[in-house]
Amino acid sequence: MSIVTLQLGQCGNQIGFEVFDALFSDSHCPQRLCSKRENEAYQASCKERFFSEEENGVPIARAVLVDMEPKVINQTLLKAAQSGRWKYGQHSGFCQKQGSGNNWAYGYSVHGPRHEEPILNLIQKEAEKCDSLSGFFIIMSMAGGTGSGLGAFVTQNLQDQYSSSLKMNQIIWPYGTGEVIVQNYNSILTLSHLYRSSDALLVHENDAVHKICAKLMNIKHISFSDINQVLAHQLGSVFQPTYSAEGSFHYRRNPLGIDWQVRPPLSGLPTLGKTSLNKELHFNTSIANLLILRGKDVHSADLGGFKDPALYTSWLAPDNAFNVWKTQRAFSKYEKSAALVSNSQFLVKPLDVIVGKAWNMFASKAYIHQYTKFGIEEEDFLDSFTLLEQVVASYRNL
Amino acid sequence: MLTKQRGPGGPAPSRYGNEETPVHVHGFLTEKLSLNLDKSVTTSATCGSSVTYGTSAPSESAVGEPGGCEGRRGLPRSLGWPPCSMTQSVVVQVGQCGNQIGCCFWDLALREHAAVNQKGIYDEAISSFFRNVDTRVVGDGGSISKGKICSLKARAVLIDMEEGVVNEILQGPLRDVFDTKQLITDISGSGNNWAVGHRVFGNLYQEQILEKLRKSAEHCDCLQCFFIIHSMGGGTGSGLGTFLLKVLEDEFPEVYRLVTSVYPSGEDDVITSPYNSILAMKELNEHADCVLPIDNQSLFDIISKIDLMVNSGKLGTTIKPKSLVTSSAGASKKRQEKPFDAMNNIVANLLLNLTSSARFEGSLNMDLNEISMNLVPFPQLHYLVSSLTPLYTLADVNIPPRRLDQMFSDAFSKHHQLIQADPKHNLYLACALMVRGNVQISDLRRNIERLKPSLQFVSWNQEGWKTSLCSVPPVGHSYSLLALANNTCVKPTFVELRERFMRLYKKKAHLHHYLQIEGMEESCFTEAVSSLSALIQEYNQLDATKSMPVEDLPRLSIAV
Repeated sequence: MSIVTLQLGQCGNQIGFEVFDALFSDSHCPQRLCSKRENEAYQASCKERFFSEEENGVPIARAVLVDMEPKVINQTLLKAAQSGRWKYGQHSGFCQKQGSGNNWAYGYSVHGPRHEEPILNLIQKEAEKCDSLSGFFIIMSMAGGTGSGLGAFVTQNLQDQYSSSLKMNQIIWPYGTGEVIVQNYNSILTLSHLYRSSDALLVHENDAVHKICAKLMNIKHISFSDINQVLAHQLGSVFQPTYSAEGSFHYRRNPLGIDWQVRPPLSGLPTLGKTSLNKELHFNTSIANLLILRGKDVHSADLGGFKDPALYTSWLAPDNAFNVWKTQRAFSKYEKSAALVSNSQFLVKPLDVIVGKAWNMFASKAYIHQYTKFGIEEEDFLDSFTLLEQVVASYRNL
Repeated sequence: MLTKQRGPGGPAPSRYGNEETPVHVHGFLTEKLSLNLDKSVTTSATCGSSVTYGTSAPSESAVGEPGGCEGRRGLPRSLGWPPCSMTQSVVVQVGQCGNQIGCCFWDLALREHAAVNQKGIYDEAISSFFRNVDTRVVGDGGSISKGKICSLKARAVLIDMEEGVVNEILQGPLRDVFDTKQLITDISGSGNNWAVGHRVFGNLYQEQILEKLRKSAEHCDCLQCFFIIHSMGGGTGSGLGTFLLKVLEDEFPEVYRLVTSVYPSGEDDVITSPYNSILAMKELNEHADCVLPIDNQSLFDIISKIDLMVNSGKLGTTIKPKSLVTSSAGASKKRQEKPFDAMNNIVANLLLNLTSSARFEGSLNMDLNEISMNLVPFPQLHYLVSSLTPLYTLADVNIPPRRLDQMFSDAFSKHHQLIQADPKHNLYLACALMVRGNVQISDLRRNIERLKPSLQFVSWNQEGWKTSLCSVPPVGHSYSLLALANNTCVKPTFVELRERFMRLYKKKAHLHHYLQIEGMEESCFTEAVSSLSALIQEYNQLDATKSMPVEDLPRLSIAV
């Protein structure tokens, strides 16, 4: 089953490139720790999911690139083509001349309707190339104008047109200390709209990934390239083929078989087979957890700690709430690696902070004229606030 | 020191076209400038020597056909799909000051593009400010959208009601850069009278102005922004310049109007400059999207400081002549003769850096429409304090990160501001940091964390930072930083302006010069000053919140 990736805006396109690159690199990694046959099955599955038929032996990413200004897309296409290892489709990009100006309203109300047809056509073409479409993976940031506003619009459209396919949105949570001044407005508008149309929101916080680069990887001058590569690595370790717990002989057919809203994986690094869990008093309650193990000793790992009822809500038994996928095929250069995808209270604090800041700004009416200019009114803001306060409250009460 | 020359009398000393001008740029540009030194005009020779046009003029070509020259080495000629073009901007330079600054801007822009674009291909970045024209084609056509650079024409409209400055430009080395059809001149001048500039010449030249603007817009694939450059204290830049704003707003409502305004300093020798400035302010309040106020005193102080560094040999290092801030002439002896040249270069650099992230690539782009979106929280409050660093380049190239941090500190020092103001002791509404060069996001964040505690931000925008990273540094520097601040520190400038105005107005001094112009009444003055007062009041209200504790407002309560 295949996934069609939609790269939106500068962030979406920059990350998207790194993701495909990571998937390709892992797929062709020499160190496999498994049998040749196993590896071939893995490669075939990966290829089916993310790449389509090659011409001249170069795989083509199953992706649609969208941006409202041309610089980033041009660069992304060029970088892929230059690598010689994989590339994007010749006609898989759509761009305009003038960006969204960090304005969610512009991305959603102006660019969206204006370019709905060509963008959806591109997506449809890509979808038709798949023998069997699993769903869509939409990469976007929340802080800007295109990824956020146009992203919300397109996801809504996909909800209508492809209601039986899964839609997972990869959201980039901006740095707390601004990249964009109106990022909190853009974020709450994005989240509230996506809540109604997306199946899963996979969140990565720039601050968290930045810390990984600084503390765990000891990078001195962290660039966006570094951050994007860590992100891509994490995503690769989640999306590459695995076997489900039922122990079937084929790689999981539905890579997007996650039915709930999920949270950042912690992984990518070599871990011990056995994870010990401290029974602290303050830890986040999870609705559900998905653990993905790759490499050596996956079948002998003791996962008891993950099934501790204390981790979960009272209304979902650990057996239902916890899932594990495994493969002996090592990921990238790691002998053992683990990824955890979690739907838990982890996100309550960051969400609460963003809603609070946006609310303070909204009370002073600052910047609102920039949104009302393009049809997003104060009521739309209030609706967003209401919805998100409900989400925060729901998670708090787990 | 003034950027305005005194009256139109006498031939102004030529600021360009001097044989001593060292030209350290590549390719086509060298030819262009040296040609003009000979005062011979053979524009067809500005094309590179390897042009293979054949007998027919190159047409608006399809993708990836650069008229015979090779695409960038090693890269696929075409990506197989039409690459989008970027947006374009048009510069409208009005009055003496506006045109002098404008001229510096075009000079620096050419140098920057020549340094970055070494193969002489007309690319997207250049197209944002320049057209590529085949001069062999007669008439207005001959625009070439791709391929080798033939002849670059600035996307500019030059307006002046005296001929001196514009004529000088047309005789200087940049003369081929300007399209002679894009000029509007008169001979009599505005007599330092806003009303003459705004009403008399506004009416007289309205049609022509519209026509030239429309033409320049037609030459753009996607016009995003008008850059208006003018001074506030005189008659033409101030009056006609602001008349233009209304025309632009009506005719091109979707296009941004970004105004660079030179405000008169206290010792300005134009007596009526307070009148002119206040009358112009009302127009800026109502019709500009964004204003970058500049004052001569700040520019002069910056130049003096640079001179001091150069002459004292304090650091034991020399200042690179290639540094764009001080160059076009480059030699310091020239600077004493024409200080306004160097001062104008600073403003020109401001405009270059402002647009760099829109023209060139980077890991965190910032387009021109993002400036207004992020820095203008309320429509009226669109005055931005700018500061630029570095102002000169030291000869040593290997600058360790500590120097990088120094660059950030400098941006918040009063010595690097283009207007006299004190942002550190006032309230920030928003702040943008536009970085160029090999700087990473971690460097940016580290410095924001470091500087934040000493700056006061308004309660509802405590993290009011907008950042951008452009990979291409300015010529002669490894990196640079432009800081744009929306800060209540502009208030004292406006208050002082109002005071100077009131001193004159109370005595009705020189008022008759204005009132004798048709359409001008005393109400024009009173309305203008109350517009300014309303603006000052808005700043006052924000300042009042400065010492209040920052509290979170009660949130919506939800029934779960």
